[in-house]
Amino acid sequence: MSLKSAFFAIIRRDLLLAFRRRAEMANPLFFFVLVVTLFPLAVGAQAHLLQSMAPGVIWVSALLAALLSLDGLFRSDFEDGSLEQMLLSPHALSLLVLGKIIAHWLVTGLPLLLVAPLLAMFLGLPEQAMGTLLLTLILATPLLSLIGAIGVALTVGLRRGGMILSLLVLPLYVPVLIFASSAVDRAASGLPVNAQLNMLTALLFLALVLVPLPTTAALKMSIN
Amino acid sequence: MSVFPDAVGLFFHRSASPPHFYALADRFIPWLTVIFVVLILAGLYGGLYLAPSDYQQGDSYRIIYIHVPAAWMSLFIYVLMAIMGGIALVWRIKLAEVMLISSAPIGAGFTFIALVTGSLWGKPMWGTWWVWDARLTSELILLFLYLGIISLHGAIEDQRNAARAVSILALVGVVNIPIIHYSVEWWNTLHQGPTVTKMDKPSIHITMLVPLLIMAIAFKFYYLIAVLQSAKLELLKRESGSQWVKTLLENQA
Repeated sequence: MSLKSAFFAIIRRDLLLAFRRRAEMANPLFFFVLVVTLFPLAVGAQAHLLQSMAPGVIWVSALLAALLSLDGLFRSDFEDGSLEQMLLSPHALSLLVLGKIIAHWLVTGLPLLLVAPLLAMFLGLPEQAMGTLLLTLILATPLLSLIGAIGVALTVGLRRGGMILSLLVLPLYVPVLIFASSAVDRAASGLPVNAQLNMLTALLFLALVLVPLPTTAALKMSIN
Repeated sequence: MSVFPDAVGLFFHRSASPPHFYALADRFIPWLTVIFVVLILAGLYGGLYLAPSDYQQGDSYRIIYIHVPAAWMSLFIYVLMAIMGGIALVWRIKLAEVMLISSAPIGAGFTFIALVTGSLWGKPMWGTWWVWDARLTSELILLFLYLGIISLHGAIEDQRNAARAVSILALVGVVNIPIIHYSVEWWNTLHQGPTVTKMDKPSIHITMLVPLLIMAIAFKFYYLIAVLQSAKLELLKRESGSQWVKTLLENQA
């Protein structure tokens, strides 16, 4: 089996596993919608307030939804021993891990794009910002999955890793949050957003190259 | 060992062996303490007594003699921890793991001191305890990074595994610190209106600068003392089953 076919086999396997448990796939989406719904209830329903808060609210909620879904990234493979089999396979673990992260993003990150326009409408985000919102989601949700993978790999062996996972990962999410929400914010007031999008793209490529390495090291640590 | 001459390698290998390091630390700590006390007294005397008061801020600027060295130390210790993490991962030197773990609470402490003193200074100067200024925010995130390291180490039961996990996290963190720092700075310049006073940096007078540098060196010595003390304790805990600890304790008893 060549490396390429192993890589795609991992993605196919993870997608298949996810589609067999469709109910679980919808959970991050519900969570995303619910958190956004809480904000108007808490801060009041003034249209101008919600409109100015919309980019931040949507992005913080997307970040929390991503954080919540992270735990499933390696958990089941760790428990049933498939992770050890991947470690024993002749292919580089870092690429197999990258395949798992991509599959995870396709299942949990990409669907956020479906409901984001709805939420933007709820909060009264100007229509001109809609394209930018979707673009930042496309660029930055894979970043959330990638950066989160390091944290999951470090905590997967722990019985109660959830709280520590958020403590480890949230500070690392700060740049993503800053660039993504400021891009949406600027787009809403009709300003150019090239700089923010360029930064997000750069971060994405940097993470694609660098993240598999510490993730692999951390998984090896968690397994033994 | 091809890069270094054999003697250098031998020295490092011997110093890195726990009993040798323990004895070495015991011998160094009194000297370091003497240097630290001399430096801190000189620095405080120079900073609180000799240095003139600021023409704008009066005497309240003197908090920089604690604040600035603590802020420097907070970054310095994190970088040091990442270096030790790299050493621990590549060469599997136990001592590097011990030093990494022992440094984390000290670094977190300095970060906390920098935040608190900054806030105490901010109240009379800026009129508020906290502003979402770029530097304050990135210092706060640095504190979170330290706390993440400490809690991850506490959560993993196996000592060697915990050390490896913490080394990886420290390396990931050190790659992220510049990214976080510049993104926060950028965020600040985008969002901040003219309401927040940004103190423009006046070039500091020599009588104020010298005590500051002395204090910075004193803080470094304090870190050395503290890290050696807690590394000694950590070594005793880890090696509690080994022969040298037994003989050491018998000799002391």
